[in-house]
Amino acid sequence: MIDTRTPDNFEWRFVLVAMGILAVGVISIYSVAPGPAPGGQAPLYAKQLAWILIGTLAFLAAIAIDYHKLARHAYILYALMLIVLALVLVMGKSSRGAQRWFSLGPIAFQPSEVAKLVLVLVLAKYFADVQRSGWVQRVIVPGLLTLPGLLLILKQPDLGTAMSFTFICVSMVLVSGLHAKALGMGVLFTSMLFPFAWELIWTSLHDYQRERILTFWDPMIDPAGKGYHALQARIAIGAGGLLGKGLDEATQSRLKFLPEGHTDFVFAVFAEQWGFIGVLVLFLLFATLIFLASEIAFKARDPLGLLLAAGILSMLGFCLMVNVGMTMGIFPIVGIPLPLMSYGGTTTVTSMAALGLLLNVKRRRLTLFY
Amino acid sequence: MSKFTTQHEDFKNLQRRLLYLRLGLLLGLLLLSVRLWYLQVVKGTYYRALSEQNRIRTVDLKPARGLIFDRHGELLANNVPSFNLYLTVEDIRDREGLATALEDLLGLPRAETKKRLALQARSYVPILVKAGLTLREAALIEGHRLDLPGLRIQAESQRNYPQGSLGGHLLGYVGEVSPEQLDEPAFAGLAQGSMVGKAGVEKTYDRMIRGTAGEKIIEVDARGNERKTVEVVEQTPGDDLHLSLDMRMQQMAESLLGEEAGAVVALDTTNGDVLVLASRPTFDPNTLSRGLTAAVWEQIASDPRHPLTNRTLQGQYPPGSTFKIVVASAALESDKWSSDTKVRCTGTFPSGNHVFKDWKKGGHGVMDMDQAIVNSCDVYFYNIGHRLGIDTIAETARWFGLGQLTGIDLPSERIGIVPSTEWKQRVRKEPWYAGETISVAIGQGYVSVTPLQMAVATAAVANGGILYKPRLVRAVRERASSRLREIPPQDRGSVPLQDRTFALLHESLHGVVTRGTGGRARSKIVEIAGKTGTAQTVGARPVQTGTNHEAVPKQFRDHAWFVAYAPADAPRIAVAVIVENIGHGGTFAAPIAKALIEEYLKVSETDDRHQNTGQF
Repeated sequence: MIDTRTPDNFEWRFVLVAMGILAVGVISIYSVAPGPAPGGQAPLYAKQLAWILIGTLAFLAAIAIDYHKLARHAYILYALMLIVLALVLVMGKSSRGAQRWFSLGPIAFQPSEVAKLVLVLVLAKYFADVQRSGWVQRVIVPGLLTLPGLLLILKQPDLGTAMSFTFICVSMVLVSGLHAKALGMGVLFTSMLFPFAWELIWTSLHDYQRERILTFWDPMIDPAGKGYHALQARIAIGAGGLLGKGLDEATQSRLKFLPEGHTDFVFAVFAEQWGFIGVLVLFLLFATLIFLASEIAFKARDPLGLLLAAGILSMLGFCLMVNVGMTMGIFPIVGIPLPLMSYGGTTTVTSMAALGLLLNVKRRRLTLFY
Repeated sequence: MSKFTTQHEDFKNLQRRLLYLRLGLLLGLLLLSVRLWYLQVVKGTYYRALSEQNRIRTVDLKPARGLIFDRHGELLANNVPSFNLYLTVEDIRDREGLATALEDLLGLPRAETKKRLALQARSYVPILVKAGLTLREAALIEGHRLDLPGLRIQAESQRNYPQGSLGGHLLGYVGEVSPEQLDEPAFAGLAQGSMVGKAGVEKTYDRMIRGTAGEKIIEVDARGNERKTVEVVEQTPGDDLHLSLDMRMQQMAESLLGEEAGAVVALDTTNGDVLVLASRPTFDPNTLSRGLTAAVWEQIASDPRHPLTNRTLQGQYPPGSTFKIVVASAALESDKWSSDTKVRCTGTFPSGNHVFKDWKKGGHGVMDMDQAIVNSCDVYFYNIGHRLGIDTIAETARWFGLGQLTGIDLPSERIGIVPSTEWKQRVRKEPWYAGETISVAIGQGYVSVTPLQMAVATAAVANGGILYKPRLVRAVRERASSRLREIPPQDRGSVPLQDRTFALLHESLHGVVTRGTGGRARSKIVEIAGKTGTAQTVGARPVQTGTNHEAVPKQFRDHAWFVAYAPADAPRIAVAVIVENIGHGGTFAAPIAKALIEEYLKVSETDDRHQNTGQF
């Protein structure tokens, strides 16, 4: 028997890459907010370090508990999650027109971040258990599974997480298998429905969300107002140039022209400081992580492992693409943090737990032959 | 077995599709890299420029204006720290709310604020809303700062006139450079909002005393707070002015005029130094220099007593009998008249349809030139006018500098009128009528002069004919070199009268005070020579008596003139006084001239003693 408790080289690479990205995140947070947070609280980078510490515990816990055991309780976990999402609408803290957080003393907990991971688990469990044949099993049931969570998150409203939810569902449906004909039907159906749905979605959006989408097309419509975030982020990234401006000279982030530099726009901060070369290195780290994660999924022992890993991969990958994309102005600005880099307790702990689950999948695969 | 195969194939399918997901994500990263290349490498310079534009602000460092002193070193204008409220239109979110807040906090009329906002062309340049905020007002604004974006309080130096309204006209006041001025070469290189002189010596010497603005390049954060200084170009303070004015005498002249409208000019007869340049009513230049509201400005500008008019050089009055000095000179210089020519004054002089009257009912009897001047006999001068004709009088008047700028170093001087046949044809498009000469001969009719012109002419009589250009600024202390640069006295030539003409004038003008109409100017300390004048307020018409009773409405009463110089044998000071709508010159203007002359000679004798003992 091979001792699965001994980490191999592969795992070290995986951990090192993840640590590298986390470290880059902390440095970027430090560079925009080196001093104590308002209200005499600890500096943000210190708090982020504490979150990483807690995240490490979550990471280790996610490795330790066999994912098969976890999957057995997937539906119960998902039901609990839905209750929490409903509760946040009633008891949550309201800020900037959205009700997304539970306030636990100084800590704000965002259940929708955790919900993404639970959704991955429940969908993996579902697809692993069923025959995956026919319309109903392949699309309708997973869609119905996703829908309550999606609606509760839209109600908050949290457009970014809702999009993540949808993407996770769609990508897992695709990975689990869909005939070309069915896929075509699906696309056709969606696009026929889109004009009606658009009307519904558009009118249900908050004003600030609509403005964000409109100013996405042209930030110069209102450079000092609604287009400000997008424009300042673009300026920060562009000003970084080939080699970056360094921590001291990165004026866009240091002088706070770039808003939310520690959370949603942390990528722009990094890009201004380190330039094109620096970002390429960062992209290389993320690419390595994607590669290693998909390797884990590929070599998983069973469909449950594979689907779980694939779900986690699409969850983190989607956040990465959309966050970087919106910072660079190829997507509208929706509130999606950059995994492992943006400041935030829930997102950091959840992302690290997700990485733990990936290693969990990897480490159980060898017992197949046992 | 088959079930295992199916399961195995199914797993293979899952793996295959998984690779698409991986490929998709990696392709996505590649796509993002392309976009990144475009932003950072292709457009990098452009965005770097935008980021510099974000952080760099240029702040004008306003120079301190030069100080102004009187001849004894008394401070007339300096600078004091002041809280000024500025507004950047670009940063305003709610114009209506801002206008309301300014009305509530500072009492600035709402409509006016909105009008100013609408007029502002360049929205990113801060405009001065109110200068000289009180500490309370500054605290109020600071307290509401978060609700009122675009407002900023800046501590700056504010022009201050320690003497208040004293000498307000000659000092002038300062204000923001106007958009029209910015296009002129004299104001080239000035930033919008710079303070420039708007009147008085502040205006004439503006280029010297305004100094050179500096510039501070600072780095600001997103909220506009200054973070660090990138570069500083220091400002240079303006040069200091040393006036020839004697502030003590100026104060005396202004208080002697009191509430009456009028003007007093005193000149040093030996060099044209302006000792007194008083005009009443006056204004406080401090008020005008501190960002007036339109309402206050309107009130000052529409005051029927015209406090902004500097009567010494903008007030054009008929010279009245003081003009007899000119007419007498013209007569003595002509071959048609001599000092011995006698006229019997019966109190009337018929000319055409009119009968011109003497101010003295019943007349003066037989008069020669000296007696006519001493008693200010109108009929004698009617005869001179009739004999000489207007053009001879006009030529002599121009010798004395009348009808021309005196060239004083102050803006907006008026020239008055020296009427002639040519003048009337040109201006009125009418021929000159001989009868009109009769009025001019006693300083009525078309002729008009400024008090300053009369003072210069009187000084020329006193000093034997040198027509000085009045000098208000004697020296400039240059800040760059710390050197005191003297501005030399300048004359405009001489009045070409014969010595015996001057001799007679000196004798007769002294006589005016000792034995004639100017008795009120007689001094126990010094011999004063002078000439009284009573100028009619209603246009060109024959002289009428009886307009000076208390019953006559104030605005129809005559202007009182007195021109004088002293000491009579060795003149050092010349004075011209006019008091509007008050009555006879001998009664009302002469005492003012006397008091000033006594003060000046008393003090300057003390100065001389100091000089002799080397203590000065």
